[in-house]
Amino acid sequence: MPEGTERADGRKTGSVWDNVLRISMREAGVAIALVIIVLFFSATAPYFATPENFLKIFVQIAINTVLAAGMTFVILTGGIDLSVGSVLALCTVIGATIMVDESLSPWVSIPLALVACMATGAACGAVNGWICETWKVPSFIVTLGMLNVASGLARVVSGNSTITGLPQSFVDFGNEIYFGVFPSIFLVAIIVILIGWFILRFTVFGRFVFAIGTNEEAVRLSGHNPRVFKIAVFTLSGLTAGIAAMVYLLRLNVGSPIAGSGYELNAIAAVIIGGTSLSGGKGSIIGTLVGACILQVLATGLQLLGAEDNVKPIVIGTVIVLAVVLDTYRNRLLRVLESR
Amino acid sequence: MTTDLNETAPDADHLSAAPGQDRTAGPILRLQGVGKRFPGVVALRDVSFEVRRGEGHVLLGENGAGKSTLINLLGGLFPPDEGSIWFDGAPYRPASPLEAFSKGIRVVHQELNLLSNLTVAENLLFERLPSRRGLVNFREMNRRATELLSEVGLDISPSTLVSRLGVAQMQLVEIAKALAHESKLLVLDEPTATLTSKEVDRLFEILHRLKARNVTTLYISHRLQEIYEVGDRVTVLRDGQHVTTRPLQGLGIPDIVRLMVGRTIEDQGVFRDDVQPSGEALAVENLRLTETSPPIGFSVQRGEIVGIAGLVGSGRTEAVRAIFGADPRAAGTISVGGRPVTIASPKDAVAAGICLMTEDRKQQGLLLDMSCAENITITDLRRLSHRGLLDRAGENAASKRLVAGLRIKTPSVFHKVGTFSGGNQQKVVIAKWLYRGSSALICDEPTRGIDVGAKAEIYELMGRLAAEGKGILVVSSDLPELMSICHRILVFSKGRIAGEVPRAEFDQNRILSLAYEEYGRARGN
Repeated sequence: MPEGTERADGRKTGSVWDNVLRISMREAGVAIALVIIVLFFSATAPYFATPENFLKIFVQIAINTVLAAGMTFVILTGGIDLSVGSVLALCTVIGATIMVDESLSPWVSIPLALVACMATGAACGAVNGWICETWKVPSFIVTLGMLNVASGLARVVSGNSTITGLPQSFVDFGNEIYFGVFPSIFLVAIIVILIGWFILRFTVFGRFVFAIGTNEEAVRLSGHNPRVFKIAVFTLSGLTAGIAAMVYLLRLNVGSPIAGSGYELNAIAAVIIGGTSLSGGKGSIIGTLVGACILQVLATGLQLLGAEDNVKPIVIGTVIVLAVVLDTYRNRLLRVLESR
Repeated sequence: MTTDLNETAPDADHLSAAPGQDRTAGPILRLQGVGKRFPGVVALRDVSFEVRRGEGHVLLGENGAGKSTLINLLGGLFPPDEGSIWFDGAPYRPASPLEAFSKGIRVVHQELNLLSNLTVAENLLFERLPSRRGLVNFREMNRRATELLSEVGLDISPSTLVSRLGVAQMQLVEIAKALAHESKLLVLDEPTATLTSKEVDRLFEILHRLKARNVTTLYISHRLQEIYEVGDRVTVLRDGQHVTTRPLQGLGIPDIVRLMVGRTIEDQGVFRDDVQPSGEALAVENLRLTETSPPIGFSVQRGEIVGIAGLVGSGRTEAVRAIFGADPRAAGTISVGGRPVTIASPKDAVAAGICLMTEDRKQQGLLLDMSCAENITITDLRRLSHRGLLDRAGENAASKRLVAGLRIKTPSVFHKVGTFSGGNQQKVVIAKWLYRGSSALICDEPTRGIDVGAKAEIYELMGRLAAEGKGILVVSSDLPELMSICHRILVFSKGRIAGEVPRAEFDQNRILSLAYEEYGRARGN
């Protein structure tokens, strides 16, 4: 039993260093890693520490960040969503189809496309969650099925072709840059992350997400129905896939049935590097954002260092595993600090 | 206790014989001062006894007496903290179940350990599959499996998948598996619990045959009648301590029960006789877990603490879980405060005012990685919700009140309950249901693994809650505990209520006899 003097806010006081170490380990473990990596490349890679390069990185992480935001919810409850990449493809096709319709004014078609993307994504996610919970099938299997189904649907809807010719105002917004280094799509991603952070931290729903991931049976025996919440997180993940589809259209200006292949794995990697436990209950969505940054910073940095294209995936793969291994040490250290 | 020690005196000459001198004459198994502690409990304390070569040795004791711990020590699941074990004349300290097995000790656990997706034959010979150059010799495997199966009288194909067998068949496969490799000591933990009397007879036949081959058996059973058929001598454990080892001959069942009970009850003075039960808190009528199980009915008044006693596996936990809606039930009406309620899930039960403090608080009761406050308020987050937003200030205030009220020792409500002691964790479980304001409290083993001081506090707390008008149902394997806090005790035996004992008539012998009642009947003795 930890004993300690009580302060006014009721938290334990220890030595100052203990506290600094504890808080930095708990809240900023991955952020510190990101800073170190950025400093490393700034020092070694030419052009890395330039506004243009940061702008490029921000553009490149937007899609993955939005996908990973929804993925964080699913993983926090102990599930996984492999379908987000192809759900994104389906949504880009639907969104683009609506926007290229010339009978609609951009003022109508753009919001309509956004709503359609979000609704399609949410529907796919809800189906995922509902099947998982009704027949108690592991989410890995169900979303693997949805990965294929959504991909097939995207081909059917698009007639196996890419859709171009989006409204100019839409394309312009996608190219907008604020404050010199913040592209519009990055700001969209940040807003999604902030909303997710708010939900997880300040709402009853967020509390249930963590509680279910920690111990679903205890939640059930506390008089709740975890099913509802688990279906909701899959719906949320589908919803962010829909939003990510709009981000994709803003960035690449083309709806494609083969968009997003492999994106689900990048999203999962961002969540895991961000410190969220694959078994659920532990993690943070801010960590997810940092995780997405680490992935992209590594890719860009290695490229600027002149690393071969073939070497990049080797390094990134190693980092993913290393992050999780280090995380177990971080948790052990935290436990020691917290019981001191 | 002193008389008991005298009774073990005849064995003293065996104890003095130096181990290893004569490998064939000495006892097969010898325990000397064996002790084992788990966090919060002493499972075994200074246990010394011997098992003679070739005998049928029966190990008896109430729930929690330490039998399972002892078996697990022998089976190599964990080492003892103190003392030493000699097996077959040599010091025995297995590092793993495999080592125990290779030394010649074969343990058939109560919970079956078969690999359900493999065939019967593969399971039977799993430790040493007949093989040639790394390839399994299926013909040889099936031949030997058939032999083993016929030895235990099981008429199934060796290539049947284990998952397709019934429980009794699996039990027989376990026993056949124990026969597959010549063992010196066969440990059987409740082997007959799931067997019909014909299968039991078959098992005894096998045991007699093994005995003729000089295989020693250590036999554990709740069915006291049947131990006479397999046992030469008996060892009784009580509260983790050795009571006696003596010949079974001339020992009647009442004597055995008396040896097992024995423990004196220190009156903890926690019973509140000033509280008079008033009005019905919880009533259960005609509860059936399955279509064929016997009906269960009882009621708990407000202000009353009702105990449920019975052996582990007598259906106590199953019954309360079914009442709470945690597991399905076949039939049964449940009323709270005199009004019938529909309970199909824990959600319904909680809404009706029933709560269940589960037996396994770590796996089912608590969110170990979350804070004390988060654990307390999980039962009723709606109260803290303003348009879906969480009122954290309200949460902290409410949990601080409960932490203070129940004297939960923690530096703050933000600390994770995973770091709490067992007693404090249990108090958090109680706190979460008080937060919800449940009127009927069902506590399954509320003091398991908790130290004495915390136990006393929990008893006091229960008395206080009853005085406040709650109805409390306590399931416990600790009979003296129930006798000190309850108004009356329901005794479960094999899934039915064998009897109800009011406080004025509390008597360990009587309650234990009721608990064993159905198990004796099953053998038609």
